[in-house]
Amino acid sequence: MQWEIVIGLEVHAQLSTQSKIFSGASTAYGSPPNTQACVIDLALPGVLPVLNKGAVERAIKFGLSVGAKINSPSIFARKNYFYPDLPKGYQISQFELPVVQGGNIQIQADGEEKNIRLTRAHLEEDAGKSLHEDFHGMSGIDLNRAGTPLLEIVSEPDMRSSAEAVVYAKTLHALVRWIGICDGNMQEGSFRCDANVSVRPYGTEKLGTRCEIKNLNSFRFLEKAIDYEARRQIEILEDGGIIRQETRLYDASKDETRTMRTKEDANDYRYFPDPDLLPLEISANWIDQVQSVLPELPQARRDRYMSEFALSAYDASVLTSSRETADYFESTIKQLPAQVKLCANWIMGEINGQLNKEGLEITACPVTPSQLAALLERISDDTISGKAAKAVFESMWNGELEKNVDAIIAAKGLKQISDDSAIEKLVDQVLAANEQQVADYRNGKEKAFNSLVGQIMKATQGKANPAQVNTILKKKLEG
Amino acid sequence: MFNASLKQLSIQLAEKKISSTELTTEFLQRIKQFNPEYNAFITVNEEISLAQAKVADKMLATGQAGPLTGIPIAQKDIFCARGWLTTCGSKMLSNFVSPYDAGVIERFNQAGAINIGKTNMDEFAMGSSNETSYFGMVKNPWDIAAVPGGSSGGAACAVAARLAPAATGTDTGGSIRQPAALCGISGIKPTYGLVSRYGMIAFASSLDQGGPMAKSAEDLALLLNVMIGFDPRDSTSLQHDAEDCAQDLQKPLAGLRIGLPKEYFAEGMSQDVASAIEKALVEYRKLGAQTIEVSLPNAPLSIPVYYVLAPAEASSNLSRFDGVRYGYRAPAYSDLADMYRKTRTQGFGAEVKRRILIGTYVLSHGYYDAYYIKAQKLRRLIAQDFTEAYKRCDIIMGPTTPTVAFNLGEKSGDPIQMYLSDIYTSAANLTGMPAMSIPIGFGDKNRPIGLHIMGNYFKEAQMLNIAHQYQLVTDWHLKSPV
Repeated sequence: MQWEIVIGLEVHAQLSTQSKIFSGASTAYGSPPNTQACVIDLALPGVLPVLNKGAVERAIKFGLSVGAKINSPSIFARKNYFYPDLPKGYQISQFELPVVQGGNIQIQADGEEKNIRLTRAHLEEDAGKSLHEDFHGMSGIDLNRAGTPLLEIVSEPDMRSSAEAVVYAKTLHALVRWIGICDGNMQEGSFRCDANVSVRPYGTEKLGTRCEIKNLNSFRFLEKAIDYEARRQIEILEDGGIIRQETRLYDASKDETRTMRTKEDANDYRYFPDPDLLPLEISANWIDQVQSVLPELPQARRDRYMSEFALSAYDASVLTSSRETADYFESTIKQLPAQVKLCANWIMGEINGQLNKEGLEITACPVTPSQLAALLERISDDTISGKAAKAVFESMWNGELEKNVDAIIAAKGLKQISDDSAIEKLVDQVLAANEQQVADYRNGKEKAFNSLVGQIMKATQGKANPAQVNTILKKKLEG
Repeated sequence: MFNASLKQLSIQLAEKKISSTELTTEFLQRIKQFNPEYNAFITVNEEISLAQAKVADKMLATGQAGPLTGIPIAQKDIFCARGWLTTCGSKMLSNFVSPYDAGVIERFNQAGAINIGKTNMDEFAMGSSNETSYFGMVKNPWDIAAVPGGSSGGAACAVAARLAPAATGTDTGGSIRQPAALCGISGIKPTYGLVSRYGMIAFASSLDQGGPMAKSAEDLALLLNVMIGFDPRDSTSLQHDAEDCAQDLQKPLAGLRIGLPKEYFAEGMSQDVASAIEKALVEYRKLGAQTIEVSLPNAPLSIPVYYVLAPAEASSNLSRFDGVRYGYRAPAYSDLADMYRKTRTQGFGAEVKRRILIGTYVLSHGYYDAYYIKAQKLRRLIAQDFTEAYKRCDIIMGPTTPTVAFNLGEKSGDPIQMYLSDIYTSAANLTGMPAMSIPIGFGDKNRPIGLHIMGNYFKEAQMLNIAHQYQLVTDWHLKSPV
């Protein structure tokens, strides 16, 4: 039987506020345990939560950027369960009325545009961390992370392969960073995915029983976990078994998922509206304010790059993979508006290549957009060849001669020979020294022409303007 | 000196006739002498109290004093106070020394008041007799066979027995008004949101409200002026324009329309209480007020609604007492679940456990709609009843409690009978409206009776005026058991 995989994702994006969602303690990562937990985070008797407006603003930003409805009021609810790293014995989350309702995200899957519907996005607080090592048979609790603001973004089960799920997750990851609500740091847990996976026979409508795979903190694990889980479910069904609804954990070291808890032993969270927090009212005015500072979104920029600059869908996607990349591109072309494609190629090629090699973000790129534009300008005005430009770029990257393009060209003697008479002289010399190849060419061996060009370029260490060399050589040979 | 009103003490301090140190020493002495019998205080800390008195005397000397500067106040042990044991009447917090001050404590400290000690209370404020306290029952100073009421039983006892000129209480279903009535003192639960809940250990967050307990309405006004104020650390705190709660004390009552809910004058009220209420109403008519019958058709549902909502919130609020970070932890356990189980089994008393179980049940999957949601809907209907009634009257009066103080042990085995002690008081918590109790005489076994005065939102100044005018022409509030 042919099986169809059905996937929905729940993503926890940590919101980039300075302080926690319900207290004034800092959210900075990596401090010594419990140094960023105030009386509220510790859930001392009598303390109360006060909502951080910055977290709400980020949720509104997200809602607007995916075309969702911003609910007003939305309601904070308590999710009750006991765990040592959950200080209050409940998590403040949203249940029946989330702040963000609906919305859509467009992804590029297999060269085609696909729409993924969002169910909702809601605000909640993170829990602390339990540390099970180094305490001689006891557990340690670090509450630094307790109360960190999260936006849980829930999609509809609209993805049909692990590859699609990864593209969706990456698109979402790029979006939350683009609009500046989440730093996207997956190692630090700022962006975590849970995947709901089920399978069904192709062509059927009814969804299969799903399993939820928890806490996938890399795109690679997301893909592998879904693949494993889908295979597992298909095998069970093909053997005549049934899928139990359960929560599973992905073990990267064994590349498998295994049962964490079944539906039967699931908690009854006893959600109810948190009486310590009033319903969250969001005025139209506030929404307008957030809208007015929302940057042009990746989808809109991508479309604009295609229509305005005639870039391919692929180029436009690469250049809008992050807001910083797109901003870099736009700063560059602003100074070299006639050479958009050249700029695009260089950013996607040399710049991205070097950045990847050195593990740098584009914001830390040693060559600024105006320096890049200055370099590319020397290609477009025929001062240097594309090949020479790469040598100049390397010097600039390494900070030589204060990254001054013209100084580097002069110092390296990379200036192109574009003087007709000088080139003619060179061509004459090469022709005189290579009578056999001249004869070959005249006898119809086209290849001999390239060889002669090569000789000329070699004689000038590549500096001769190749276009002029071609013209003059052709004229001499046929003249 | 100990029989003087807070207002009189305030004047004497300002006129330098006494010092705060003298006053504080006197009350500490009385506590030392009488607390073994009454058990009104859980913690007394002479060192801190006297140090505060010294500071207050400096403020008084340099003219920086306000009306409460130098006045000893008994603080209910539900308010976190830095450096003080703050137990909430529970074994669970029997070792908890608060590292921070509640909003209310801060305001008293800023006013230069003296924390004279932390008063006994029903465990986590759950009780109507002060018998659920881990620190033992409190005696009613009028009759030590009787309960003082609860949950602010220690506070009411302390004021009645003249162990403190005034006290703070908290009121979730009647916990200020009921003990005030049973101990023959005055107490007010303000409009929900006027007094900060920050640092006030939560029982049922949407119902809890702090308030003062004192000898007279005039004293309550002075105390409320300090206690009321917006606190940004409490999201349910109201940004209500500050008004002087004492501003209307002297207004005549001519033309006042007193609503008497027929539901509150039906069966259930004992004869002694009924006749005391009738006498008080006679006084009010003499003062120029008229009484009219009003109806609160849903008010009789207050107790069932209250006993769904309050335990629901409590079951969640008390989850933090898990033995992990502070407070009591069972000495021996086999694993995490066992630690939770034993800690909470040993750390909580029977009444607290009963309410956690009720609350957990009504919030459970499959029961939530039938209990919690239904109760919320009724809560709104009850509030509507009052809003309707206030179109026809200015104030509502009735008994604070159906009977005078019952005997210690009389109802402790019967939770339903105990819960019915709050039959008249819990509606004000469900609506969030202010309500108070003042002493109006004595009934069976010469035990005190309270008049319940209920007002519309933010009518504290008017209610205090109504109470004060009565106290100008009667002397029940001056009666003392000592």
